[in-house]
Amino acid sequence: MRTQGRWVWKLCVVLGVGLASSAAWAVSQTETSASTQSFADMAAKVKETAYNTKFMADTVWTLVTAMLVFFMNLGFACVETGLCRSKNAVNILSKNFIVFAVSTVGYWVLGWGIMFGDGGWFAGTNGLWFVGGKDNSPSYAGTDKAAEALMGAYDGDYDAIAWSTTPLWCKFFFQLVFCGTAATIVSGAVAERIKYKSFIVFSFIMAIFIYPVVGHWIWGGGWAGSGGFLDFAGSTQVHSIGGWAALAGIIILGPRIGKYTADGKVNPIPGHNMGLATIGCFVLWLGWFGFNPGSTMAAAPNDIALICNTTNMAAAVATLTATITTWILMGKPDLGMTLNGCLAGLVAITAPCAFVSVGNSAIIGAVAGVLVVLSVIFWDKVKIDDPVGALSVHLVNGVFGTICVGLFHKDLGLFTSDKGAGQLWTQLKGIGGTAVYVFGLSLLAWTVLKFTMGIRVPAEEEVQGLDLGEHGQEAYPGFQMVQK
Amino acid sequence: MKKVEAVIKPFKLDEVKSALSQIGVQGLTVSEVRGFGRQKGHKEQYRGTEYTVDLVPKVKIEVVVADASAPAVVEAIVRSAKTGEIGDGKIFVSNLEQVVRIRTGEKGEAAV
Repeated sequence: MRTQGRWVWKLCVVLGVGLASSAAWAVSQTETSASTQSFADMAAKVKETAYNTKFMADTVWTLVTAMLVFFMNLGFACVETGLCRSKNAVNILSKNFIVFAVSTVGYWVLGWGIMFGDGGWFAGTNGLWFVGGKDNSPSYAGTDKAAEALMGAYDGDYDAIAWSTTPLWCKFFFQLVFCGTAATIVSGAVAERIKYKSFIVFSFIMAIFIYPVVGHWIWGGGWAGSGGFLDFAGSTQVHSIGGWAALAGIIILGPRIGKYTADGKVNPIPGHNMGLATIGCFVLWLGWFGFNPGSTMAAAPNDIALICNTTNMAAAVATLTATITTWILMGKPDLGMTLNGCLAGLVAITAPCAFVSVGNSAIIGAVAGVLVVLSVIFWDKVKIDDPVGALSVHLVNGVFGTICVGLFHKDLGLFTSDKGAGQLWTQLKGIGGTAVYVFGLSLLAWTVLKFTMGIRVPAEEEVQGLDLGEHGQEAYPGFQMVQK
Repeated sequence: MKKVEAVIKPFKLDEVKSALSQIGVQGLTVSEVRGFGRQKGHKEQYRGTEYTVDLVPKVKIEVVVADASAPAVVEAIVRSAKTGEIGDGKIFVSNLEQVVRIRTGEKGEAAV
């Protein structure tokens, strides 16, 4: 064996030398002699190579982080299923699975175009259908003027996202998984009593008309972004949109049977699998390392390193403060609250993650953890039945995180700079506009669906479990489980 | 023939099984049940709300023995299942009309 190894090694050396010599000879044949070649030309070639390398790195980074965000759909599926009853498990898994398919198709057909097509303050008008607009990505609009001059300016229908030095389909894929995340938030809030087909229809509306319009405002060149509104990875754009749509759904849908009694008592409906819920939370935490740092859509070393840490720090501190809060209020640390605490921190840091210090991200997480526990208790007090805490995690902390940009932005924050409350005010305007549009349109959509195809399963089906009623199957066939 | 049914604390099952096999009991049936007596339930919490769980998990053991063996079986179960705390459980002894071994068709005390 050893003599065989030495023989192969010698062959490699010979081949390598041969290849290198041929390459050097070939290169020397393409260049004219050094005296006739201008230095500027050679410098341009070197720069071009460097820019192409940036193109490669940015693209790989953006695509891989997008895959992590896609994986978050598993996280949502597990958290929601674990926190609900076993008799509804097939239905919840189905909703979380199919919603990504719905988002993919809806966003491809029209959603992307509305969001990133060149247009006005409200929505895109160019390149609307099937990501088919004119486009010569990549451009170096986001790098520097010299790069843009050398490599060519952007010429296409998606100017608002031309700053990212990645191909068009890379941009689409990355933005698509964010749309999918917003759509899946709704599924937890309406769980255990929603009709499957109505949820599918609403998700199409979400992916085509709700999410992309606000997306156009914030990231697509519309009024919010142009007015200075900042939301780095989507506390407003993804999480609060999901949250407002969820709130509208819960209001039109009503609470689960048996959740609230006529005399105002709140009955807990415990989830059936805390293991699954915990797995889901870990998956979401991991996925967020794609969600936040990936939103640079560029392999920018300092930025992505910082964002990984602001993200993680907020999650960790929120986990701790949520646990402490529930420990104090209820006497023992509730795992569901701990998990929600982690997610609340992640949601809250999503908007400010690139703009704040790691220290401030700890503060943001600390507040988020307390906020989510109080919020869960609050929604039950006002008889808004949210089986998995979607409102507390995504709506409340989505809004809070957006506000934090105005408070802690290193250059513009009320607490961290001398610029006063200007950015904070801009953030509030964006939050308000989003609330009005998303909550309003969602209320309308849910109401129309309620009076056309119906959105709630019949009472007997709800008691028996949606698995049998909506899907004709059980999640755990053969297991004897005492149903409530 | 007598049927001895005992509702006991779940963690006592192994001890009770050992005690029964030591006195010569050759078969028994175990089921997981819920119930309460004077132990009542306990408090649990879920996402900020406290609630009472009335039905406490227990284990029910059923043993069928000849009339003469029943007292020894009861005594063995009491000895091995007792903790002294509320919730230890209860034993019910009833008469059986008929016992059949399915494999051989034996009836009565021969089937026990």
